[in-house]
Amino acid sequence: MGALDTRPIGASWDGSRTAAEVRLEELRRVYGSTTALDGLDITIHAGELVALLGPSGCGKTTALRLVAGLEDADGGRVVIDGRDVTHLPTSRRDSGMVFQAYSLFPHMTARENVAFGLRMRKVGVAERRRRAGEMLELVGLSTQADRYAHQLSGGQQQRVALARALAIRPSVLLLDEPLSALDARVRSQLRDEIRRVQREVGITTLFVTHDQEEALAIADRVGVMRAGRLEQLGPPTSIYSQPATPFVAEFVGLTNRLAGVVTGGAVDVRGIRLPLIATDTPDGPAVALVRPEAVSLAPALDGSNGPLSGTVIAVSFLGAVSRLTIDLGDTTVLVQVPTAEAAAHPGGSRVRIALRLDPVLITREGARGRR
Amino acid sequence: MNRRRRRRLAAFKTVVYVVLGLFFLLPIAAMVEFATRGVGITSPRTLTAFTSIGSDPELVDAITASLELAVITSLGMLALLLPTMIWIRLRVPQMVRPVELVCLTPLTIPAIVLVVGFAPIYNWIEINVSDSILMLAFAYLILVLPYCYRALDAGLSAVDIRTLSEAARSLGASWATVMWRIVVPNMSSAVSNACLLCVAVVLGEFTVANLLNFENLQVAISILGTGNASVSIALAVVSLVFVFFFLLLLSFLGRALSRRHGGAARA
Repeated sequence: MGALDTRPIGASWDGSRTAAEVRLEELRRVYGSTTALDGLDITIHAGELVALLGPSGCGKTTALRLVAGLEDADGGRVVIDGRDVTHLPTSRRDSGMVFQAYSLFPHMTARENVAFGLRMRKVGVAERRRRAGEMLELVGLSTQADRYAHQLSGGQQQRVALARALAIRPSVLLLDEPLSALDARVRSQLRDEIRRVQREVGITTLFVTHDQEEALAIADRVGVMRAGRLEQLGPPTSIYSQPATPFVAEFVGLTNRLAGVVTGGAVDVRGIRLPLIATDTPDGPAVALVRPEAVSLAPALDGSNGPLSGTVIAVSFLGAVSRLTIDLGDTTVLVQVPTAEAAAHPGGSRVRIALRLDPVLITREGARGRR
Repeated sequence: MNRRRRRRLAAFKTVVYVVLGLFFLLPIAAMVEFATRGVGITSPRTLTAFTSIGSDPELVDAITASLELAVITSLGMLALLLPTMIWIRLRVPQMVRPVELVCLTPLTIPAIVLVVGFAPIYNWIEINVSDSILMLAFAYLILVLPYCYRALDAGLSAVDIRTLSEAARSLGASWATVMWRIVVPNMSSAVSNACLLCVAVVLGEFTVANLLNFENLQVAISILGTGNASVSIALAVVSLVFVFFFLLLLSFLGRALSRRHGGAARA
């Protein structure tokens, strides 16, 4: 009805609401005899995107559902924008949610879906229409506004679901594995799209996923979870290059387990002395966790049989890089090198490996039982 | 080869349709033939049996009562079953089996046995509440439970009500809104199926009404049959045709609804 809104999309956010901080404090959730969440503490700063990453059953989805109010906490608090919402019902939580399963209301068009939350908030028809249109434009689906869910592709449905969640201007956006039902190409496109929209709108976001690549690519900070607890919370780069625990090192990215001995703040692996991330580690046998890209290759010219030489037993082509599996006699090592370089080492050829002197993490698990 | 097989299949289909059609239509045709007979052997065909249906006040009462019962039972069934089934699925899934068992039980108990249980209760109702025939709706509610449960159950399992209701609630919808705005519209064909079955059962019910001394449509037909056979048969024809068209209408309505929402278009 009113004058044409010439503000850029997303601008209406700034005036109406500043981003909220979300705190999960000592959250506990118990199902019968299993503890899904065992005292989870996370503070998501205003406007930040935190990804919770972990294997299935680690409690990441439970954490998200507790923030949404879809489940009741057995202990702890959820604080959104300084307000304790732990005991508020879902409908009054003020959170926007996108689900793993397609969740558009099948009997409504895309526009009606997006407008649904506004209708619940008793927003007038004209305003509802305007804002739904604005949201659909934000996710690039203005032309599909009058389609029903079954007329949209999976990626489009999830984008409408995102628009629907954002239309109510929630103080927190909750994404529960929104990409896992999609195929690979759409998944990475939509991942970038979600990030763009999230930045544009500046909304505090909790993103749950079991896909480490997704988490590292999209998040400001990644929280790696295991058995209901947070193992490490930090920027993607530090999660990858300075894992706090062996679990994080092995869950995020590929890792070689190489037996060695810790002496004086460094670890000896096959005659090479690697620095440690945690320098105060006591001496003793250990397993060093070495990334595939920290291993390099050279042809074994003299055919020697030293601890660093082996045979290429498999080559997988990954595009710009290739991953080689090297049999070192008593163990195998994954090596990641540029594809051009990998061509020099076909399957069956003898190679020497070298280790980059990056600080590594060690674990005592399986250290003594050398195989 | 393929064409021959297809032709054989088509022939088989035709045979089945013809046999089934004869099976259903022959008795009805015979009823029409009987009801339109004149008094004497040579007298011309007459529709007096049909026209006299409307002139018998007792009969009109019985028809009205049966129709009212059909409506009341349908509404009562929906009001009772829909929220219960949705609620159980969302909040107490471990109760799905027990409730299903309870709802299907009436199917396994013969109507006569049910009436033995109903009789003292209806005695009490007649004295303390009302002796109106509409009180039969309580008994019918129990009779239609198994059919309607099955119909609604099929509709509910076709929709991911958990995700849809969680999405709606996170958008600010109350439980009532979730039910009426989200779940029910997505199972409209199941709801109309349940109503259809409910109406069919109520309009065709004889045993309970008769044994509890209420005069509904079927009881009226049977009473008439003892005095005036041709009117009773005419009424039976009319009620069959009526129920047939009514069910046809309901199923078209249901399909039109689900097509508008795009539910059927996917298949």
